[in-house]
Amino acid sequence: MNFARAHIMVCGGTGCTSSKSPEIAAEFRKQLEAAGLADEVKVVQTGCFGLCALGPIVVVYPEGSFYSMVTIDDVKEIVDEHLVKGRPVERLLYHEGADHHGTVHSSLNDTDFYRKQKRIALRNCGRINPENIDEYIAFDGYKALEKVLKTMQPQEVIDVVKASGLRGRGGAGFPTGNKWQFAANEKNDVKYVCCNADEGDPGAFMDRSVLEGDPHSVIEAMAIAGYAAGAHEGYVYVRAEYPIAVHRLNIAIEQAREYGMLGKNIFGTGFDFDIIVRLGAGAFVCGEETALMTSIEGHRGEPRPRPPFPAVKGLFGQPTLENNVETFANITWIINNGPEAFAAMGTERSKGTKVFALGGKITNTGLVEIPMGTTLREVVEEIGGGVPNGKKFKAAQTGGPSGGCLPASLIDTPLDYESMAAVGSIVGSGGLIVMDEDNCMVDIAKFFLEFTVDESCGKCAPCRIGTRRMLEILNKITSGNGTLEDIDRLEELCEHVKANSLCGLGQTAPNPVLSTLKHFRDEYVAHVVDKKCPAGVCKDLLNYSIDPEKCKGCTACARACPVGAITGTVKEPHTIDTSKCIKCGTCISKCRFGAITKG
Amino acid sequence: MAKSTTELQEMREQMAGQMSLRVEDKNAIRVVVGMGTCGIAAGARDIMRVIVDEVGAHNATHVKVIMDGNNKDAANAPVVEIHVLGKDTVTYTKVDAAKAKQIAAEVIGEAK
Repeated sequence: MNFARAHIMVCGGTGCTSSKSPEIAAEFRKQLEAAGLADEVKVVQTGCFGLCALGPIVVVYPEGSFYSMVTIDDVKEIVDEHLVKGRPVERLLYHEGADHHGTVHSSLNDTDFYRKQKRIALRNCGRINPENIDEYIAFDGYKALEKVLKTMQPQEVIDVVKASGLRGRGGAGFPTGNKWQFAANEKNDVKYVCCNADEGDPGAFMDRSVLEGDPHSVIEAMAIAGYAAGAHEGYVYVRAEYPIAVHRLNIAIEQAREYGMLGKNIFGTGFDFDIIVRLGAGAFVCGEETALMTSIEGHRGEPRPRPPFPAVKGLFGQPTLENNVETFANITWIINNGPEAFAAMGTERSKGTKVFALGGKITNTGLVEIPMGTTLREVVEEIGGGVPNGKKFKAAQTGGPSGGCLPASLIDTPLDYESMAAVGSIVGSGGLIVMDEDNCMVDIAKFFLEFTVDESCGKCAPCRIGTRRMLEILNKITSGNGTLEDIDRLEELCEHVKANSLCGLGQTAPNPVLSTLKHFRDEYVAHVVDKKCPAGVCKDLLNYSIDPEKCKGCTACARACPVGAITGTVKEPHTIDTSKCIKCGTCISKCRFGAITKG
Repeated sequence: MAKSTTELQEMREQMAGQMSLRVEDKNAIRVVVGMGTCGIAAGARDIMRVIVDEVGAHNATHVKVIMDGNNKDAANAPVVEIHVLGKDTVTYTKVDAAKAKQIAAEVIGEAK
């Protein structure tokens, strides 16, 4: 093979794939062939770069030129200008700042989005071809497994994980080393390693990105965990809605077997380990560890009471070590670089980095990996590029439907397990949804509760019935029929559901309600007492009206109204029949004189 | 086929030069080849190929060959510049294949 002077990395994550990145990669190959550069320049389909809002992403090395929103029609220009003549196509380079019109950086590490990031779990995403084990090996892949099998005792491996301070990245933040120790301590012939890839938090997709961009890092870490705990079989439970992740994971397992990194007698050390992939149907509750195991066993995905904990009696009734994808993705880095290097990042009790999925009202939607303890302000304002359209930051929801919100007054809170718990939220699996002044917090609480009501498995009454009663109260409040007593009753109900539910789903379901009540109680009161939605979201509390002083009688609104609620003669002020109005907002967007108000 | 430790290490070494392209390294020696229209007309493409092949053959992970579209010195094309962080830029003009080999040997030597 010829030595290629340039590599074109085309993102092959789910986001970019749906905006045609495979076709773009094919077009690059075609255009390079036409330009006679096919053996000089290599096209590589890689994992997620993180800046998903601007996909499809293409990065050209060695310059590290970062192209965003590339279309098939742009490919020829990039080949002709950049690869033939060495002139990066300015027009397509990533521009930072609001609305993406700001500074251009020739290299991606200089951008605000990447500068503060420290990619460990995502280290190979965007750097290697995930379907090629050789590229993983080139970046020290399977070195950690070899080191562990040949030079370390199982207890030494566990001690390294303990010393790193790594904690579970799936949500609860339990110390990983301790979990490994519990599983190792059990005396049993058969044990299992289980990887939780059932990422269900709406908006979070770091596990998917790791599996899509670097599946071998999870495979290698599972084998290491197997050695440490004395297990010879591993299960990956991944949702069927992640077809690319499943596909690449299967390819990776096949390649690892071929190279002898999985199977019998790995590295000639006599250690056997293999991995089985199980697809889930996408139920949120199956991300709960005991429900996940029940589902792998072939039963309906329902949680089991703990204790016994999975480390004692887990999958198929045997001791099981269960970790989340992102947790596993840190393991080989820790073995290769030492636990001290990992523990040097982060805070006193939250070590290392965490991947957050930025979403909602934020300029740079996507995945960011930051040292624990980075403040919410740094993430939102610097890495995230701030709230778009000149709106004000109102709150951020962390931890999805199990988490809580942080209001603007707490924007300097460090993102780590302790600080988040102290303000009534959680790190969770790392979903981070930003809200601006146009978001109604009661509506947000209702949104998350609707999700948990849908996803409650129904096994225990507090969750099945309690969350539904809570939702009914919220609906009563947002429709303008609530009373102050309803707010108190809602709060009381939250405490009961939290205390009495069987698993994490129910125990955390009230969190979005409790935290919005804590930080935005005045909004609840406004809905109940004034019968107003301050953010103008809850339709039942809105009334549209036309200011006769400003209305010119242009009829634009009347023609746009889908239900014919607006009447009036030309050049005379119009009126809205509120009994017909469905509060869709079309008239406001049509009015050129700012004559229509809602409130 | 199961891979042995030595085979894995060999793979890593073989691929190091190629994979280092994707790692940003501010201390890398940057060999910039002028590839504007005049450069290409004067044979810069072949010159670059020679340097890239040399760098590749020696697995010089600290050397990056970069193209530059600006015509700085059209009369003296092909032009090759050597950029090292904290040092003055060295410029070679009217580079031919033999000179290119020499330049490559020099930067590779320096990198080691």
